Amino acid sequence: MVLFEMNLNFNNIKKITLDKTLDLDCGVQLNGFDIAYETYGTLNENKSNAILVFHALSGDQFATETNTVTGKDGWWSYAIGNGKAVDTNKYFVICANVLGGCMGSTGPKEMDPSTGKPYGLNFPVVTIKDMVSAQVHLLDYLDIKKTLSVIGGSMGGMQALQFCTLFPERTFSSIPIACAASHSAQNIAFNELARQAIMADQEWDGGNYLTSGKIPRKGLAIARMAGHISYLSEQGLQNKFGRKLQEKSDLKFSFDADFEVESYLKYQGYSFVDRFDANSYMYITRAMDYFDLYKANNGNLSSAFKNSKIKYCIISFSTDWLYPTAESKKIVIALNAIGAEVSFVEIVTNNGHDSFLVNEPAFFNTLKGFVDSAYEDFKNEI
Amino acid sequence: MKFEDDILSGLIDINSRVLDVGCGDGSLLLHLKKNKRVDGRGLEIDQKLVQESVAKGLAVIEGDAEKDLVDYPGNSFDFAILNQSLQQFYDPRRVVNELLRIAKSAIITIPNFGYWRVRLSLLVKGTMPVTENLPNFWYNTPNLHMCTIKDFHSLCELDNINIIKSISLSSGKIGNIQKSNLEIKNLTSEIGIFLVRKS
Repeated sequence: MVLFEMNLNFNNIKKITLDKTLDLDCGVQLNGFDIAYETYGTLNENKSNAILVFHALSGDQFATETNTVTGKDGWWSYAIGNGKAVDTNKYFVICANVLGGCMGSTGPKEMDPSTGKPYGLNFPVVTIKDMVSAQVHLLDYLDIKKTLSVIGGSMGGMQALQFCTLFPERTFSSIPIACAASHSAQNIAFNELARQAIMADQEWDGGNYLTSGKIPRKGLAIARMAGHISYLSEQGLQNKFGRKLQEKSDLKFSFDADFEVESYLKYQGYSFVDRFDANSYMYITRAMDYFDLYKANNGNLSSAFKNSKIKYCIISFSTDWLYPTAESKKIVIALNAIGAEVSFVEIVTNNGHDSFLVNEPAFFNTLKGFVDSAYEDFKNEI
Repeated sequence: MKFEDDILSGLIDINSRVLDVGCGDGSLLLHLKKNKRVDGRGLEIDQKLVQESVAKGLAVIEGDAEKDLVDYPGNSFDFAILNQSLQQFYDPRRVVNELLRIAKSAIITIPNFGYWRVRLSLLVKGTMPVTENLPNFWYNTPNLHMCTIKDFHSLCELDNINIIKSISLSSGKIGNIQKSNLEIKNLTSEIGIFLVRKS
């Protein structure tokens, strides 16, 4: 059953093959790997205007302008671009597909050189730390020693935090948005629901669907639907859909999509399956689940950021129940405890976790204010 | 406002670490950053003002001092500033002591309820005073615990807090408050500015 088929073009993906060894957290060594990436704007002469943007679970390197694979707008077109909060007239924005992703970077969908077949479940389990380490090699390749800022929302925020712990000398500032320093039980539970949905689909075929020519559409679509519910707030869903019926005047006493919200979820689910790889979804959710900066620092989050001179701007959203404000505040408190330069804003909104992806003026004002003022300081320092 | 900023700035050492509690749009912090090269931080409850501060390149956290000061480690600042907001807290005594836990010195300013115009207004009109420094009516004022300069001095004595400097401000005139002139200053000052330390 193909409900929403998209014309996808994977031929124009820009990527580099890095002849480096990546020591993964799981103990496996990755010898050589691909990073697919996009850049926007122009790198200035003293290289003081580079911003590394990290994407979230379902995102990719096409942060703005047109996604050449799907033909749609980049996932952060609201925030990045000509005259936007992150102004590409002024800044050089880099965004890479994460390790384990499915838009050209090395991941379960790509060919395993040792077998000549797609990795599938033979791909090693990667972590947020592995993703960040891979992207630092991209910065080396682009010859950027220190970025003006590293920015990301949700899993992108985790990468922004992780980046600061691993490479404190390589960024002037950091903006972790709608994230947490560790994945909560609730976060893990949602991700497990998603993985179970994928694995329950017979077409998943033990993870070998690419070799056997199948696609676990239903499983991945349900996984995406579950995710979508968690990205929106109760009030947001109510305002948008309420109990409105889908192209009908009365209930049909059947299990077809009577309600608009059902139809919306189906669309979100099935429009996702063409552009996203099911195994990749499993790997990336796993990476998020394993993220725990507390455990990595013996319970002391402050020590993760010790000796860092990075300027932080932590942003949360009032109706985000997936990564609630309290989680951001824990990060703020940990940074305060070591005297770090940290700003924090909780944006009041109905848009839930997804707030950073939609048109949210108060959020953009904060983002722009921080980035522009950081640039004023950094361009003189470098 | 600029005039008061200058007085506060005069109390702060160069290169010190400063926490401005209720920093508003960050103008005082910016002033201190430029003129005293301080390493400044702010705490502000109003999101719009936090955004304005952040856009000035200041490190400001959106939060409620009443609840959030407890999260700051002890002795992490040289100065904590509380500018004209002490009277707005549910528990001002605890806030003063929190400031002196977090910082070596605190600079606290208050609108003086003992000012003669305030006293006269209550005496003559029999209604809660509305003045330049206290512009709201009793039903919409954010002020929960109004106090006088004398009251503040008493609180410091009660909690073993040393008053290093006590400054009076009235119609743009600055004066020093001492034990000997406390009664008269309590009558003639619109605003009290105090530099205090824990004994």
